[in-house]
Amino acid sequence: MTSPLMSVRGLQKTYGSGSSAFEALKGVDLDIAEGESLSILGKSGSGKSTLMHLLALLDRPTSGTLTLEGAETSRLSDQELNRTRNRAFGFVFQQFFLNANASVLDNVVLPLTIAGVSRAERRTRGMATLAQLDLDDKASNRANDLSGGQKQRVVIGRALINNPRVIFADEPTGNLDSTTGKNVEDLLFELNRLQGITLVVVTHDEDLAARCDRSIHIRDGLVMTHEAVAA
Amino acid sequence: MKAVDVVTSAVSNTFRAKVRTSLTVLAIGIGAFTLSLTNGLGTGINQYLDDTVASIGVDDVLTVTRTVDQVQPSNGPAEYDPASAGQQTSGPPGFAQAAPMTEADIEVIAAADGVERVAPVLSVTVDYVQHADGTRYQLELSPIVAGMQVELAAGDQIDLDSAEEQVILPDTYVDPLGFSDAADAVGSTVTLAVTDATGTQSPVDAVVVGVAEPGLVSMGGAIPNDALTTALFDLQQVGTPEGQAVSYQQASVWFDADAGEESRDALVERLADDGFTAQTLEDQLGTITSVIDAIVLVLNGFALIALIAAGIGIVNTLFMSVQERTREIGLMKAMGLASSRVFALFSLEAVTIGLVGSALGVLAAMGVGQLVGAVLSGSLLADLPGLTLIAFDPVSVATVVLGVMAIAFIAGTVPALRAAQKDPITSLRYE
Repeated sequence: MTSPLMSVRGLQKTYGSGSSAFEALKGVDLDIAEGESLSILGKSGSGKSTLMHLLALLDRPTSGTLTLEGAETSRLSDQELNRTRNRAFGFVFQQFFLNANASVLDNVVLPLTIAGVSRAERRTRGMATLAQLDLDDKASNRANDLSGGQKQRVVIGRALINNPRVIFADEPTGNLDSTTGKNVEDLLFELNRLQGITLVVVTHDEDLAARCDRSIHIRDGLVMTHEAVAA
Repeated sequence: MKAVDVVTSAVSNTFRAKVRTSLTVLAIGIGAFTLSLTNGLGTGINQYLDDTVASIGVDDVLTVTRTVDQVQPSNGPAEYDPASAGQQTSGPPGFAQAAPMTEADIEVIAAADGVERVAPVLSVTVDYVQHADGTRYQLELSPIVAGMQVELAAGDQIDLDSAEEQVILPDTYVDPLGFSDAADAVGSTVTLAVTDATGTQSPVDAVVVGVAEPGLVSMGGAIPNDALTTALFDLQQVGTPEGQAVSYQQASVWFDADAGEESRDALVERLADDGFTAQTLEDQLGTITSVIDAIVLVLNGFALIALIAAGIGIVNTLFMSVQERTREIGLMKAMGLASSRVFALFSLEAVTIGLVGSALGVLAAMGVGQLVGAVLSGSLLADLPGLTLIAFDPVSVATVVLGVMAIAFIAGTVPALRAAQKDPITSLRYE
């Protein structure tokens, strides 16, 4: 068996201190293999979002280790963490977090802008990604003028543009009706299957979780069950 | 994020909330407008003084007076000193009170190293001027030294070396003395009278060679040539008791201007050691300039207060902007944007507001300056041709714009720091 893409051991996260301390995660062990799709299930307050934030290197754990491609991440500087998130990860959030007044193209290429890619190359790659998502005719529209499903496709395009290793999706279909939600799901799993991008989905939607290769349930800061689902 | 992208997005973000930004830009603009106007006032007046000196073009003459200890009010009354008890000269502020100089003093000055020539300035008090038995008018003489030029309404410059007694009359005397216009006065003869030590009034005739426009050098006074001055002085000295030395208020010293500033400064130093104060014309005007600079500085202080108030407006505007864009900041930081870039984004927004505001303010000030100049030059300042009351030179305009941008940047640091320190997770949860 090849070594996992991400490996987590004894992960703990405590907010606050003293009597008001709140243990969001109480020691989580988890391996994520390259190219798999994993869903993290749990009620709100269970710690599933905290786990995703730690996996996505948006936050540092109170204790425990997190290795990415065999490298221990606690030793990385803020600058290296920024670079890793920018190059290796893509993010899809429930609220779209699009810049409403900027064009669709500018929204999609935001990670490239942050990475310092030249304007010409941003345009080329941005248009290619939009074409892939059937949004190339909307490139110069304002993001605000799109429908909900189109917005979420722009968000996926934004997560996709830097050819990430992992896409983190936090309730990706939470704000969509069931038909558009289904389309967005199809798109995410297609990327997972065809491009081999590892998919980590945080959700409380059992149906979405069932489509993943594997699901874990989080309750009160601990992993309850692992269940492998036949793909 | 590349620097050019930081600038582009900062500029476009600045005008996202149009009304709010416009109001802040307006506040900054008003501050910059005031600052530009007060600065322009100083520039205009100083430029006029500089131009006047330049047009005179005398740079090899020092005006020398005996050094008098200035009486400081806090020191109580000064002790009487027969050597320095002189008549007080009236003149523009900054001209030192002069004690009379004697022939011996003139010789001391002439002996100083670097002095090419020295001539005492004869002080003459004219009782009146009269033309062809007409009304008699009071007149003040404003002697000039070789090389000086006056702006003429008619006639020629005075010939200082001429044996004939000549005078240039101020424009204001043309009408009262009974001439039809300036050209009519040129070539005619007027009578000047002085009173000697015995109380007798003696007249001297002089030819009017020119009529002077009012200006800084000849403000109100008539300009005599050396022959006229000497004639009047000699008449004034008649009856002076034997033994009382002839005294002069000041002397003109010629030096080699080509030897450079250092040798001139050395000469001034040597004369100071001998007990004399030597000033170039520029030095004398310099004291006026510094008074004007001080006034402008105070006015600038008020403008600066307006700018600081506007700066607080920038702080407010940016705080609102940071608040509104909390989730955007969180998203960009999640995607790997460094905190330093977030800081740059927001502080550049402040600088943009400063740039636009100051540019508008400066342009408005230039417009108002033109307008005020056009109106005043026809009325209030008609007597001072060549004076642009509010002038703008590139350096002071650039200073205002850059200064306002600096104030804006400083104002922007507080909200920009707040933005840079935002935690991505908390920001993404922000509703």
